[in-house]
Amino acid sequence: MANRLSAFFFRNPKLVTLLLLSLPLAYMVVVYLGSLFALLINSFYYLEEFTGLVVKEFTLSTYGQLLKPANLGIFGRTAGMALAVTIMDAIIAFPLAYYIAKFASPRLRTYLYIAVTLPLWSSYIVRVYAWKLILSKEGIVSWFVDLLHLNFALDWVLSLPGIGGSSLSLSPIGMFIAFCYIWLPYMIVPIQTALERVPKSLLEASSDLGATPAQTLRTVILPLAFPGVVAGSIFTFSLTLGDFIVPQSLGNSRFFIGQAVYSYQGTAGNIPLAAAFTMGPIVIMIAYLLIARKLGAFDAL
Amino acid sequence: MTHPAIRFEKVSRHFGDIKAVDAVDLEIKDGEFFSMLGPSGSGKTTCLRMIAGFDRPTAGSIFLYGQEVSTLPPFERDVNTVFQDYALFPHMNVGANVAYGLMIKGVAKEERKKRVDEMLDLVQLRGFADRKPSQLSGGQRQRVALARALINHPKVLLLDEPLGALDLKLRQQMQIELKSIQQRVGITFIFVTHDQEEALTMSDRIAVFNQGKIEQIGTPSDVYERPATSFVAGFVGTSNLIHGASAKRITGEEGTYSVRPEKIRLAYAADSFSPKMIYANGTVRDVIYLGLYTRYLVEIEGGDTLVIIEQNLRSTSMDVLKLRGQSVRLSWEKDHMTKVGG
Repeated sequence: MANRLSAFFFRNPKLVTLLLLSLPLAYMVVVYLGSLFALLINSFYYLEEFTGLVVKEFTLSTYGQLLKPANLGIFGRTAGMALAVTIMDAIIAFPLAYYIAKFASPRLRTYLYIAVTLPLWSSYIVRVYAWKLILSKEGIVSWFVDLLHLNFALDWVLSLPGIGGSSLSLSPIGMFIAFCYIWLPYMIVPIQTALERVPKSLLEASSDLGATPAQTLRTVILPLAFPGVVAGSIFTFSLTLGDFIVPQSLGNSRFFIGQAVYSYQGTAGNIPLAAAFTMGPIVIMIAYLLIARKLGAFDAL
Repeated sequence: MTHPAIRFEKVSRHFGDIKAVDAVDLEIKDGEFFSMLGPSGSGKTTCLRMIAGFDRPTAGSIFLYGQEVSTLPPFERDVNTVFQDYALFPHMNVGANVAYGLMIKGVAKEERKKRVDEMLDLVQLRGFADRKPSQLSGGQRQRVALARALINHPKVLLLDEPLGALDLKLRQQMQIELKSIQQRVGITFIFVTHDQEEALTMSDRIAVFNQGKIEQIGTPSDVYERPATSFVAGFVGTSNLIHGASAKRITGEEGTYSVRPEKIRLAYAADSFSPKMIYANGTVRDVIYLGLYTRYLVEIEGGDTLVIIEQNLRSTSMDVLKLRGQSVRLSWEKDHMTKVGG
């Protein structure tokens, strides 16, 4: 019996493929695309101001609300933060990824890899709150700055318009630090993978042909690591774009996209506006991915 | 210029307890096609990497045309390398790859383009400048790597088993081409290989490496016909080593002697005697008919077994196979036998 079944599947390989894929396919179509579609539909409804009920009629007025200066400010602020976090993470991740990929012994490489990904095993909310404590007025950073008699520098940074605040934990700078920390592993791993694919002989060849290490970095290593940087930036950029925990715990009262979505769908009950807000990051990410594809970020995947 | 292109003075490279290169002395002449031949792990590639600057000697000195270079980084040495895996930059097209050295030196664009075209002509890849390395065949990549290394007019060109990845026919073609390019450009070539035929075909001189030391340096005919050690005799070509009781019986002296299989003649009965010849009696243990020639294994008095290769000029498979188990008399010229050390 078992043999006949095996033989039947052997003769019908397409059926095997279908069976293998049916479950993930059903999940993708129903749950994943379905929820996205529901989101899209909802974003074309609107909230009746007097009754506070969602009116299920097609309208573009909800999207019109997004164009209010306050809401455009939310988009600008969030995208700016995502961009800054991405750039900073790339700058921090590159040397570390380079060290892991090219210099560390195989043993050390394993340890470093675990060290880089270890934070991902713990709850991310706990880590965000840890940063809140670290960065608060009574926290370890302030204490350390005080120890070094650098209070004037910290005060100067916190007095900067737009990114300053009453303390690090209550300023956009604090958010920026926490974001950079939280998404860093997602930047290190793709860059490391890209660099590991660069054979050592390419670096030797460059040096052999007269290039100093700085020239080799610019003309060989960076161009070859670039797809990894783009891949990592997709994570850091999109994760920052949609996050609401960090802006809620740290920073000032000015909204980010994630917070806006969270509050509109929650107490305000304005699902259409929340849905419209969500379409923002989706559109931004689609544009970002198209540019990334143009830059060759997916060639190596 | 009276200085040799490369001089090694007691150069060693130890990795912990492993002596990859052990107190090697070596002189490579200007304009020479020099091969470093040896099995893997014999130290030949390490020597090459020390000349290029990728590796530093743990002791001793390396001189490039009289100038000590042992501690100079690769980018300060007038030496270029053709890598075993070609090491072409995958993100640049062929033209940019070949022009890389000139670009680094800051040579103007028009000049760069002119010299790239010259180089691509030299390696017969005219019109390939806009292709990516991934669009080329192995042989073409090999040529690009050669053009990229030669465009800087290095004092010495290093080639690290560059033909290893090519198929036999292409390899033989590239051997001839490499030699002719070397004669045209007049640059000293140092060629690392484990393929003895390759070394014999192309080289002016060969250094045979074994366990971090050089066993013999000489012209291809020196190394083949007069191997200095039993290792050289065994590694370069096939060789018969005669030692112990067999050697004593034949020559009257102790020692180890080498004689090439194709130099030995096979006779079924004692014919003439010549004082220039050496004779040995034996029994045919095996006959392997290979079409063009036949390989015989003959056990001689004293116990050693010799390999003999004879072309099938008049004999057929029927004739040669009948010899199995027969008593035969072997003979070869005294000049064809060398006493080897080690």
